[in-house]
Amino acid sequence: MTDLRQTPLHDVHVELGARMVPFAGYEMPVQYDSILDEHRTVRSTVGLFDLSHMGEIELRGDEAVAFLRYALVSDPGALEVGQAQYSMLCQEDGGIVDDLICYRLEEHRFLIVCNAANHDAVLEQLERLLAHGDFGAELDDRSARTALIAPQGPSAAALLAELTDANLEAIANYHAAEGSVAGVTCLIARTGYTGEDGFELFCDARRARDLWAALMAAGESHGLRPCGLGARDTLRLEAGMPLYGNELNRETNPFEVNLGRVVKLDKGDFIGHAALQAIQQTGPRRKLIGLQMIDNAIPRAGYEVRAGPDGPDIGHVTSGTLSPTLGTKVAMAMVPAEAAGVGHSFEVVVRDRPQRAEQVKLPFYRRPRD
Amino acid sequence: MSYPDDLAYSREHEWVRVDGARATIGITSYAADELGDIVFVELPEVGAALSQFAVFGVVESVKAVSDLYAPISGEVVEVNDALRESPELLNADPFGEGWVARVELADRGELQALLDADAYAAETS
Repeated sequence: MTDLRQTPLHDVHVELGARMVPFAGYEMPVQYDSILDEHRTVRSTVGLFDLSHMGEIELRGDEAVAFLRYALVSDPGALEVGQAQYSMLCQEDGGIVDDLICYRLEEHRFLIVCNAANHDAVLEQLERLLAHGDFGAELDDRSARTALIAPQGPSAAALLAELTDANLEAIANYHAAEGSVAGVTCLIARTGYTGEDGFELFCDARRARDLWAALMAAGESHGLRPCGLGARDTLRLEAGMPLYGNELNRETNPFEVNLGRVVKLDKGDFIGHAALQAIQQTGPRRKLIGLQMIDNAIPRAGYEVRAGPDGPDIGHVTSGTLSPTLGTKVAMAMVPAEAAGVGHSFEVVVRDRPQRAEQVKLPFYRRPRD
Repeated sequence: MSYPDDLAYSREHEWVRVDGARATIGITSYAADELGDIVFVELPEVGAALSQFAVFGVVESVKAVSDLYAPISGEVVEVNDALRESPELLNADPFGEGWVARVELADRGELQALLDADAYAAETS
């Protein structure tokens, strides 16, 4: 895998015995030990993820708000300083280019965190829109200089509190603040992709090893484990979160995947506005639903979905797995909007045999509220 | 790495333990480790005719689906039903409690096409 990029923590993963795989042009740890153990660790104590492959793009300037309002489907102007929002970059036809998180660091300074696989496409689109619209703002692609380490799980806050003077209680869900963790300057963000409480720590790539080592050492007494992309996928799927490339792609619009609430049609013009307004008015033709298997078979991405029993092929599974937390076999699937309905019967074709399933509400798992 | 020396092995990481006219088959620890956590097994039916090196079942890990290739031909006389509830037995004890099926051997000559423990260890190193 010599032409793959590596994160600053690559050698650490190898030393820990991780199984490394190609992902979005990077060599990444898919698991260190057992995906099921790593998954359960995040749900019960705290797991540690290296997400340094992701993209970090800063937008700065008097017209940063105006620009991002035009470029994204959400309204970054509605963010307080220190607040973040989940958003998407779309095409003119409403197709999704990437899903991302937009953080408002200062009045006129924003951070966009995007998927590694879409980094080039996001950068290209933002640069093109910036130039074409002649906005008074600058873009700074900090991806190569930035590491991202994420402690996720119910014990993440307790762990982090041992390593920082930052007031973590003041950082609410979907908020961020600059601070220092184990002597490493970080943007401390309370965001994540696991369905648990947790943090995403953005630091200079040159400090990544120090930060990781400090979290691993302090994490021992909390039962911390390093976790790979395998567990990251089962965690987000249980939490009903979409994955770009599975649920989201350029042929899919936000209204088809339960993300209509992210699109702020009333904020003014933006890329995809006309198309998305039309889709919202007529309703999407397809819908992403949650399925739970009744028969004993594991649904997987790409498997055909039928209106059951003995129905015609009407859709396909976008993601599926054995849910480690619930013990059930679950999937997200794209079906015609008129076929969707909680409780409706479907079949998933597994190795040429139809296996019964029923639609259930998403998410499959919601963390217990205290 | 050494493997039980009373077994014969296929290059597809299955093993055979001959017991008179019958044999027990399973997957090796190498296969189980490569797969990671095994969460589902599709077993053959009792009475099914297995053909050496043909697909006879499926094993699924969290992330992947893998075919099982019969190391030897024969009629299935018993399957390990414990694997339905506890597929993780394939990871925990692949040469013992994790056995997959028992067959009535069709052709003992087929054993010639398999590897002994040393040769299998060499293949997998």
